[in-house]
Amino acid sequence: MIANYGYMDGSGEYYISIDTDKCIECASRACLQVCPSQLFEIMTDDYDDEVAAIKKDGRRSLKYLCAECKPATGRGELPCQAGCPNDAIKHSW
Amino acid sequence: MFNVGIDVGAKTIKVVILRDGQPFAQYKGLAGMDTAESVEQAYTEALKEAGISRDQVKRVVSTGVGRKEVPFSDEEVTEVGADSKGIIFVMPNCRTCIDVGAEEGRAIRCDDGGKVRDFAVNEKCAAGAGSFVESMSRALELKLHEMGELSLKATRTVPMNAQCAVFAESEVVSLIHSDTTKEDIARSVHDAIASRIISMVRRVGIEPEIALIGGVSHNVGFVECLERGLETKVTIPDNAEFIGALGAALLAYEGSK
Amino acid sequence: MTQEYWRWKENNWKSADKDWTKAEIVTAGIDVGSVSSQAVILADGELYAYASMRTGSNSPDSALNAITAAMEGTGLTLDKIHYIVGTGYGRVNVPFAHKAITEIACHARGANFMGGNKVRTILDMGGQDCKGIHCDEKGKVLNFLMNDKCAAGTGRGMEVMADLLSVPIAEVGPMSLEVKEDPPPVSSTCVVFAKSEAMSLLKQGWPKNKVLAAYCSAMAHRVVTLLERIGVEKEFFITGGIAKNIGVVSRIEKELGIKAIKSEYDSQIAGALGAALFGKALVEKGGKKK
Repeated sequence: MIANYGYMDGSGEYYISIDTDKCIECASRACLQVCPSQLFEIMTDDYDDEVAAIKKDGRRSLKYLCAECKPATGRGELPCQAGCPNDAIKHSW
Repeated sequence: MFNVGIDVGAKTIKVVILRDGQPFAQYKGLAGMDTAESVEQAYTEALKEAGISRDQVKRVVSTGVGRKEVPFSDEEVTEVGADSKGIIFVMPNCRTCIDVGAEEGRAIRCDDGGKVRDFAVNEKCAAGAGSFVESMSRALELKLHEMGELSLKATRTVPMNAQCAVFAESEVVSLIHSDTTKEDIARSVHDAIASRIISMVRRVGIEPEIALIGGVSHNVGFVECLERGLETKVTIPDNAEFIGALGAALLAYEGSK
Repeated sequence: MTQEYWRWKENNWKSADKDWTKAEIVTAGIDVGSVSSQAVILADGELYAYASMRTGSNSPDSALNAITAAMEGTGLTLDKIHYIVGTGYGRVNVPFAHKAITEIACHARGANFMGGNKVRTILDMGGQDCKGIHCDEKGKVLNFLMNDKCAAGTGRGMEVMADLLSVPIAEVGPMSLEVKEDPPPVSSTCVVFAKSEAMSLLKQGWPKNKVLAAYCSAMAHRVVTLLERIGVEKEFFITGGIAKNIGVVSRIEKELGIKAIKSEYDSQIAGALGAALFGKALVEKGGKKK
């Protein structure tokens, strides 16, 4: 399943997509450690799989919470994407 | 020689007139439903108050969201360009300029020549601009200008969950019903918008001195929340609302030399 | 009392020919939404009763209110229902539910029942959120997104506009279709800015129906953008309160170039229905009844 967490408002689209099929088997759970805003959590989804998700509190303010990793210029690779061993995380902006 | 900068904002229109490159007069008018008409009105009034005629003005530069609706403008510049030019003129050591207007917020990092090194903008969403405070003041049945003073009297921190101005309005109403004081709600509103502005400022990097300009700089409650969040003082220059128009006027002066 | 221009009506439906006492498995789903709450009761997997009620100040009462309305006059009581699943934003606050399942999974399952197993793309526009779901033939979610941060593209955005124009919400759609040709959509996405834009259009002399047409188009466009992120297939189904707004739905269909699958069921019950279906599957899986 592709789970898109985030939102779209007048200023743009701010979604973090997690390909949960890729993270069912993940042993590292690196996403929990690498995000400076600690946005990730592991939860049991509706189909009883243990997968990564964005914490509920963060889903409505990703534009601001992710700002730290997205300077206006000179942006490097995002820690969550770099840290995920299964390449399961994508950002829409 | 006279030059004019005109900043057509969402709520107000600011006009700055320079004489030989130095500030000579300024004027602020309301932006009504018909922008072109309001622009014409503001310009006419500004010139009248300054006691000069249209043909004495050598060059006009427009900026702001409605900058394209100035038929007599010789050049249009972005808000970022105008702000950085204007702020360095009044505050030469400014390196970070935060501009919060009615419908937009922006953070600019500039060098000593007023050259823009980095900028970030919050636009097209009321949550990141002055409109957010205005909507909340309506829900609180307060005048916009009362929000700031009230916020300074807050005694506790109340979290605000909604991000969207429309949803936040309902949240404010339910806070009122749960007997939260208007003071505490006002601060919660200012904290909410300040935190959004701060995350934008962090994207460009914070380098002192820090200036705050734009209409929302008049709101002492917002300023307190911004400074608390940034953990540093910000400087609000005189005529903070006119910095964009001043920058445009300076660019008009440079262009006519 | 000021008239509430923006409320949908409550409703209550019972099957005329089914009898729950003859059913092997009776399950219920309760969807506690921000504006309205629905309860659906299934007898052996077939729709037996449902009710849609306004959500009150707290979730447990709203859930109880909805299920009580659905059970009314049937002789059915809570303890006779084998499995109850809660869904919607208030799902964790349904004390008498056996399990809580997200509205995403429930909507997909409900739409699969309502529109048939051909349904692949589901749009749900609720009172305070908007969801796009892509699912397989079993109603299992493959891709989803949700927007509950911003009022644009939700029932709430439409309410703000209906309120501004003093038009009852149920008339917004038909009124917006009175115009011969659609005007350009309202350019602001943000509801606060769109409201100012609408005010200035009125001031320019636009009639209400033209302003509504411009707003319905803007909303349709926003929803289409949202759906494009998850991918749109032509087996497309719309649920939630906005499915009743023909002004928005017809413009979404026009922009996508496809027609939404019609269903005989009330579009608002998809979440609760899906929850009740999950309940039935869980009873069967467990091999025992409560």
